Amino acid sequence: MSSEYKVSSEASFVVRVADLHKRYGSEEVLKGVSFAVRQGEALAIIGPSGTGKSTLLRCINRLTEPDRGRIWLENTEITNAKTDINKIRQQIGFVFQDFNLFAHLTALDNVRLGLTKVKKLSLKEATERAMIELRRVGLAEQAQKYPAQLSGGQQQRVSIARALAMDPKLMLFDEPTSALDPELIGEVLHVMQDLADEGMTMIVVTHEMGFARSVCDEVIFMEKGVIVEQGPPEQIFTQPKQPRTQQFLSKISELYGRTSS
Amino acid sequence: MNLLGPFCQTLQDGSFVRLACEIAPRLLQGTATTFQLTVFAMVLGLGVGLLLALGRIYGNKPIYGLSTAYVQFVRGTPVLVQLFLIYYGLPAFEIRLDPFLAAIIGLGLNSAAYQAEYFRGAIQAIGRGQMLAARAVGMTNLQAIGYVILPQALRIVIPPWSNELIYTLKYSSVAYIITTPELMYTGQIIASSPRGPGAFRYFEVFLIVAVIYLVCVLVISKLLDLVEQRVKIPGLEMR
Ligand SMILES: Nc1ncnc2c1ncn2[C@@H]1O[C@H](COP(=O)(O)OP(=O)(O)OP(=O)(O)O)[C@@H](O)[C@H]1O
Ligand SMILES: [Mg+2]
Repeated sequence: MSSEYKVSSEASFVVRVADLHKRYGSEEVLKGVSFAVRQGEALAIIGPSGTGKSTLLRCINRLTEPDRGRIWLENTEITNAKTDINKIRQQIGFVFQDFNLFAHLTALDNVRLGLTKVKKLSLKEATERAMIELRRVGLAEQAQKYPAQLSGGQQQRVSIARALAMDPKLMLFDEPTSALDPELIGEVLHVMQDLADEGMTMIVVTHEMGFARSVCDEVIFMEKGVIVEQGPPEQIFTQPKQPRTQQFLSKISELYGRTSS
Repeated sequence: MNLLGPFCQTLQDGSFVRLACEIAPRLLQGTATTFQLTVFAMVLGLGVGLLLALGRIYGNKPIYGLSTAYVQFVRGTPVLVQLFLIYYGLPAFEIRLDPFLAAIIGLGLNSAAYQAEYFRGAIQAIGRGQMLAARAVGMTNLQAIGYVILPQALRIVIPPWSNELIYTLKYSSVAYIITTPELMYTGQIIASSPRGPGAFRYFEVFLIVAVIYLVCVLVISKLLDLVEQRVKIPGLEMR
């Protein structure tokens, strides 16, 4: 195999994670996690609470510093100390469970702030771009509203627009619908589904098994800091190989009744 | 009634009003000095206090240690002692400040310690998620503080900051001890000059001084209320 081939095959991965470790005090939260996501792929990460899913996601843009292991965004090593992490973060959209919209800014300014201050776009360019993204998530009419004047679902869609405006190569979603009332979950999942259909590369930590199954190309089941099982959704949801995966899925379907869609 | 007799007398025969008119120009000049003193001290306190607060929240060990030590020292010692250190003490190091400047520095550095605590409280009242979200779009720590944290913290801090302003305005009166010609000092000179119109009429002179302080405080409270209304974040009215 020529080295040229190797480089080009690596290049088709948007993100690669190798042997990631993280501990908080005496508790090892990530115990050597490795996986890769191809261009245009949507990866779902499922697993019980306290398993390290959020920690994993935050390590990818180094909102949390991993202890050991390496991560690449395309060919740039994120975990290299010389890498300008602020440059990397511009290329990775992050959507939080509790939205974290800037409370003192309108929806429009929330989307615009990164464009003017980080990407240094002119106000005019930033406004145009921000409005495109707000339209995309169906909120152009709400542009002048403040976060506290928006519903949870609307806030989450603004936060998705805020991330998309930066033109990311990868989107990370950390339980984007967990803080929402059931009737508001759909509008957010809908936006995410459109994104996946448009070919956005994304990693979604979620308890929405229906979404993982119908939208995602790959599913990782994580528990206690390790990947227990990984595969295409059909396999994970219908013929899981590991007994732990089976147990988790049946418990989830008892709780939510949404595994089989 | 008998106790207040002499005072009622001055009200009836108009000599109180005459006194007030006569000493008003000098008192107003003193008031102007009090205002300048307060404003400069508050601005100095704002700048230093903000740095102290940021140092205590985001600073590394030495910066945290220094800012904390400063706040403890200033809050743990009387402002009068601090003023004496600066005005009477610094000349030992060949640093001679005029009373007005010494008072600004003394009151400003004193207020800084209190303002630092108000800023710290306000910054810490802002959810950690705001910082995370700012960093996640690629902002540097400083950008995040400047564009996301401080704009919210400064809104939260307005009520305690108003209190601090009022407190500093009133406390600026101690500057009379190091002969800063502010309102209190002016009143003291008027009442204690044997040949002036207010000679030994302490009650009447300081009643007028008190009223001036009160009016200043009420005006400032009102102004800051307006500012608070002005910058309120829509949708959070019920908080
Ligand atoms: N900043 C922190 N300091 C100390 N411990 C932490 C910190 N963040 C997370 N942990 C611990 O790490 C473990 C994994 O947390 P994490 O949030 O990654 O789990 P999770 O899989 O996202 O869970 P959930 O589904 O509840 O969101 C938990 O036991 C948590 O208590
Ligand atoms: Mg989590």
